[in-house]
Order: sequence, then C-alpha cells, then structure tokens
Amino acid sequence: MSMDLDLDEINEIFFEESFEGLDVMETGLLNLDQGDADSEVINDIFRAAHSIKGGAGTFGFMEISEFTHVVETLLDEVRSGTRQVSKDDIQLLLKSVDYLRDTMTALQNKQDVDAEAGESLRQQISAVLGNGGQDDSTDKKNIDEAASEDSKSEAGAEDNVDKFLESQKLWTIIFEPHLNMLQSGNDPLRIFRELESLGDLEVEALTESLPVFEKLEPQNCYLSWKLYLCTEATRDEILEVFDWVMEECDLEIIEPENTTEATDEVLEEEISKETENIIANKPIQSNETQPTKNNESNNSTTEKKVTKSKAAPKPVAKESSSIRVSIEKVDALLDLVGELVITQSMLKRFGNEYDSDSLKELGDGLTQLERYTRELQENVMDIRMLPISSNFNRFPRLVHDISGKLGKKVELKLSGEHTELDKTVLEKIGDPLVHLVRNSLDHGIETPDVRVAAGKPETGVLHLNAFQEGGNIVIRVEDDGAGINTEKILAKARDKGLVGPEENLSDDRINNLIFHPGLSTNDEVSDLSGRGVGMDVVRRNIKDLGGRVEIHSERGVGSVLTIRLPLTLAILDGQLVRCGKETYIISLLSIVETVMVNADQVNDVAGGARVYHMRGNYIPVISLNNVFKHDHNASVKNKNSGLLVVVESDGAQVGILVDELLDQQQVVIKSLEDNFKQMDGLSGATILGDGTVALILDVPGFVQSFLSSEIHKTSPHKHAA
Amino acid sequence: MAKILAVDDSPSMRKLVSMTLRHGGHDVITADDGVDALEFAKNESVNIVVTDLHMPNMNGIALVRELRNLEHYKYIPILFLTTETSIEMKKEGKSVGATGWIVKPFNSEKLLETVAKVLA
Repeated sequence: MSMDLDLDEINEIFFEESFEGLDVMETGLLNLDQGDADSEVINDIFRAAHSIKGGAGTFGFMEISEFTHVVETLLDEVRSGTRQVSKDDIQLLLKSVDYLRDTMTALQNKQDVDAEAGESLRQQISAVLGNGGQDDSTDKKNIDEAASEDSKSEAGAEDNVDKFLESQKLWTIIFEPHLNMLQSGNDPLRIFRELESLGDLEVEALTESLPVFEKLEPQNCYLSWKLYLCTEATRDEILEVFDWVMEECDLEIIEPENTTEATDEVLEEEISKETENIIANKPIQSNETQPTKNNESNNSTTEKKVTKSKAAPKPVAKESSSIRVSIEKVDALLDLVGELVITQSMLKRFGNEYDSDSLKELGDGLTQLERYTRELQENVMDIRMLPISSNFNRFPRLVHDISGKLGKKVELKLSGEHTELDKTVLEKIGDPLVHLVRNSLDHGIETPDVRVAAGKPETGVLHLNAFQEGGNIVIRVEDDGAGINTEKILAKARDKGLVGPEENLSDDRINNLIFHPGLSTNDEVSDLSGRGVGMDVVRRNIKDLGGRVEIHSERGVGSVLTIRLPLTLAILDGQLVRCGKETYIISLLSIVETVMVNADQVNDVAGGARVYHMRGNYIPVISLNNVFKHDHNASVKNKNSGLLVVVESDGAQVGILVDELLDQQQVVIKSLEDNFKQMDGLSGATILGDGTVALILDVPGFVQSFLSSEIHKTSPHKHAA
Repeated sequence: MAKILAVDDSPSMRKLVSMTLRHGGHDVITADDGVDALEFAKNESVNIVVTDLHMPNMNGIALVRELRNLEHYKYIPILFLTTETSIEMKKEGKSVGATGWIVKPFNSEKLLETVAKVLA
C-alpha cells in the first residue's frame, strides 16, 4: 500500500486475531465431532474462516487467503446443508487449521512457508469437493487476469490522445430511479460525478413524473435522466457505476454503433459542439490505474515468498511479548494515577505550609497515598493476568487426537477457563499441563473394554479445572482411570534405595514418589503403573514457577493431580519470621501450620538430626538458627522455645524452627542471581519497609538441601533445587 | 472531511480502516459489532457508515436495517466493506437500505475514493 500506514503493527494485530479465529474454528470443529450439528457452530467456524480469508487478502498474505478460500468452500457446503459433514471432513478441516496456524506462525516470524503441504491439503479438499483441484486453478487464473488487466490499464494510461480519441464512444443512458432510491443514501449526483470521471457527460433531466407540488414527498426521487456519456470505457465499466443502485432504478444503456465514425454522427446529432471541444482538450483520466497497481505488487511479493519455500522446518512459535489489555483495565489505571496526582499535590501542600494542626490531615493523606499505591500495584499486576482459557483451548484437540490414536473414549470437561493467571506463568505452565493430560490419557484412562470389564462407563472422563484459592491458582487434572499402583512404586523405590526397607509410607507419599527423578525414567514402572515418564521435569517446571504439584490416586477409581501456582511471579505472599536479628520470608503457600514448640516433643536422633513429635508423626526439624549460623546462644535457647513453622514439600512435612513470627505481607521478589551466586534454598531477597534486606526461603529447595546434607548423606541421587 | 462510523469485528481491519480514513482527514469512530455501533448511533450522528457484513452479535445486514430506522441515519450513505461478492448478499444489503459496497481486498485509495464519492 502506498500510504505510509504502519502495516507491521496492523499485521501483528491480524496475526493475533487470526490465531484466535483458528482457535474458534478448532473448537467448533471438535464440537461438531461430538455430534453437535448446531448451525450456530457451523456459522461460527465459517465466520472465523471468512474473517481470516478477508484479512489475509487485505494484508497481502495470498497463500493464506487462497487456502482459506478452499476451506471456506467446503464449510459453505456444510453450512448450506448440501453436505453431510463426515469424520474425514472434520479431520481434513482440522489439518487445514493446523496448516494455517503453521503458515501464519512462519509468516509472522518472516520464515518460509511450507507451500507443498498447503498444496497437497488444498488438493485433498478440492477432491472432496468433487472438482479435483479446479478451484485452485481458477484462483490462479483470476489473479493472472487481474494482473493482466492491471498492465492493460497501465498501458492505457500511457496512450496518447489520438489513440484515446479513437476508442471513444458515445453512450446513451436512460436512468430512471425508483421513488425510494434516495432512501438508501444514494445520490444521483454521486453517480453523475462518477460517470464524469469516465469521460464527458451531458445530463438531461426528465421531469414528466414530477407530481403537483402538494403531493410532492421530499424523500422521494421523481426525476429521471437521460445521460450522454462520451468515453472509452466499456459497458461493464459504466454498469459498475450503477452497481449500487441496480435494484433501485430502471436502467437502459444504449451502445452506439461500433465505429468511431458512427460516434461522430451521433455526436453531431445529439451533443452540442462545446462538448466535443472539451473532449479533445481533456487530459487522460488515469485515476483507475493507481489502486490496482498496488494490489499487483502486493500479490507478486507474496507469491515470491511462497514459491521460494520448500520443505521448511516447522516454524517455532515465538512467545509473544505483547499483551492485549482491555480498555477498562487501562482506564482503571488512569483513574488511579489521577488520584495519586491529587494526593501528591495535597501532600505537597504540607511541605510548604506545615503546622502541627495539620498533622492529622497529613496522616490521612499518607493513608490515602498508601491505598492508591496498593491499588495501583494490584491493577498493574492485573494487566499481566490472562484467562487460562487460552491454555485450556488446546486440550479439546489434543484429547481428541490422542484418545483417537489410543482407541480410547474420553470426554473432556473444562471448567474455570476464566480464571486469570500471570502471563509468564500461563506460558510456562502449558507444557507441564500437556504432559499431565497426556499421561492421564496414556496411562490413566483405560480402553473401553477394560473399563466395561471393571464396571465403569465406556467413556472415561478427564476433567481440567482451574480456580483461585486464596492467593493461589489451583489447576486440577482429574481422571477416572486406573489410578496408580502403589505397591509397584514402593517396591521400585525400595529397590532404588529411595525408601528404607523399614520405612512405612502413606499412599499419598508413595504416589508423590512418581515425581522423583530416580523413578521417573524407569519404563517398567511407568508401563505397569501408569505415570512416571518425565514427571520430575513437570515438577521442576512447576517448582520454577514457585508452585507445587501433588497427586492423589486411588486404584481403580482415578487420579487427581493438583497444581498450585502463585498468582504472580513478581510478588509473593510471605510470612515474615525472625531468627536471631535477621528476618526471613517463607512463602505462605507452603506453610501448613505453625505450632508452639513443646520441649517434650523434640527428640534428638542419631546423626545430629532432630525430629518433632506431632500428632503421632515424627517430622524433621530444621533450625533456621543452625542453618544460617546465628548467635549460638539463641540457638541453644531455641531448642525448647520458639515456633515451629510446619511446611509441606514434596508430600512430606518438615518443621522450620524460628524465633518469632512477624507480619504476613506481600513482598516483591528481587533476584539474587544477578549479583550473587545461586544459593540452594533461597529464591531471592526483598527489601522490607524499614529498608533492611530479608532473604526469601525457597521451601522445597531449602528442605531438600537440608535433608540431603543432614540425613541422606549416603543417598546416591542429587537433588536439583 | 467527514465524520465516519467504521464497524468491524476484526481489530486489524478496524485499525486499517480507521487509519486510512484518518489519513484521509476524516474523523473516525469505530465499533466492534452491530450492537456496539447501534448503541453509538442512537446518540450521535455521522456523515457516513462503513460496516463489515459478517459480525457476531449483530451482523451488518441487521445493523443497516436498524440504522435506517433511526431518524438521523435515514438518508446518509451506508457502505458495506466486505469480501462477499454474491448477488444475493448484495440484494439483501440493498433490501435493508444499504447505499453500496466496497469489495475487499482492501485498498486504501479505493476506500478514500469511494468515501469521497458518496460525500455529496
């Protein structure tokens, strides 16, 4: 386009909305699959395809536009009811969606597109349409035609006046608008002006139908016209001017005799001499050539792109670094900034004219400042929040594909799609979630015959659920499959020395062993009991996000995987604890409870370790004073006093001994890695209100590093904290 | 120079149309769909409406029908900006009172030219 519009930015918007459109198509297609022949669903799919086609054509992505056109033709057959949609059709359409997504990703990243794949799919669709590739060739032909027309008109513009005059013809047009033509916003003057741009125009108004004045309705058009147009334009070009009013008028276009001589005769008869003079002097009208020229250059550049590409590597989707924010959220921010400015100017007043009487007002002002700052913080955080639906949306397709391959029948239930998550968390949780779902399909849910034999319904249910619980987001992957074979896992863990021969573990602890790297890679276990492959990676990813994952499973009934994630990565809900003179922060997410230490219940065990007897269980005790080598006196005193913060890590409970509990507050996490070496057990630091720095404990890492140094010194595996 | 209401459910088209029209010196108000546009139109007049055909909530056809019922929208030019070229669609558009149509692929000069044309 010749205008200096910022096309890159608009292209980006186009890609974004097209990806959304593809999601809509995919969801719709999968719904069709589930036996829902709702016309609303087809319409949604069709509309999405149509928008993509239109946009792609507009922005010059002809490959996408042409391909989508074929897809749209197939969809149209379904929509208009001339075609019963088959399972194969749906598969083909789903593949097309995939292809479009890949192609757009490639174009977005300015990579080559896989033109061959597109061609083959297009042929497949055309074959289904029963016109074997014909569609495709007409498309190409249209473009060729358009291109040649362009060059024709371009050449025309360069013609000299003589030639121009030679091709002139005088047309007579009888134009009788219907009474209501004006009511569609069509002005005859507009039409005349347009005709004038084609050549020279003589207008003669016919007033026979004008009623007497009293009966004249000003909204109606009573006039007719006889128009004489001297032009080189073709009949079609003239008709095009009347395109909009065809339904609202009677039109007669009388073509002159074919030769110029004939034109001259008519000229003499019907047109005044003046007009003729104007024709001769008039410069060539070249308005029409410009726009088409642009189109052509657009086409040719994209075509170059397409032909250049061979079997290009599958494009990698880049993580988009932009966020679409609703106007409401931005407005809310603006409001708050406005309030802040007011508060600031109010406070400034005190700086200028301070007296002790205004102390209360100053206090109020500061309270206000605090409130607005907090709201501002919350609102800014809110901008980073996106609904998890963008992540969940991929699962209908995934479940459809995988269960199809495995010969299983699975119903996918999604709930809580509107739960909002931090954008970064959302992006990073995608792969672990896919892994968990795959696992459930692969190993959890049984084949129909096994299920029937076990007295279960043939179709298994996989339920993905997201919700907010306190300051956390919880995502559940729940299936009604076979569950985990605890005996096998336990045996394997004993075998590997992960669990002592005498140790008795609860089922939950056994189940959570599947996340252990030592067990995860073992095929035998995963084949027999289901889960296991790569689960340590899943856990590590989730841990990196400051979250945790746990599993509950019952043999023959099913499994529930629960992922807990912090609302955001930058801010943590922390419990401030004091130890000696230092303050530490423990994530509230990991704290189970806090108990007063009763000296009788603290037992020293061999190896210098200490356990605490709590409600029949012995849990290991970690003294923060010892770990961080604080004042020795304090540490001695601690043995029998202080508080025990019980945290949960990897399904096990551990007590952290601290001197005192302080506030609970949100803290902003500052990374230590930029300036210091990464420390096991610390996730960062924060600056407290009084300006001091407090370290933030990374509970799972902290517990692991403690346990492995204190208790499992002989354990063969290394933790990855 | 005119005040133009541009209606399209696609953010990219909306942006392209509004940028083009603004570039041409016009005052542009955008709406996401028919419902949005009608809401605006009830309270404010414009010189021209340019609308998409296929939109969720209220499509272009329904929008034009509704707009023509508003006193201050009865005679203004209303154009469809559409990829639809079928005769039926054009007929349907005309039957509810559309002035005309601009067929995509979009071309900024053509849009400005057409707008200039209908601005009596």
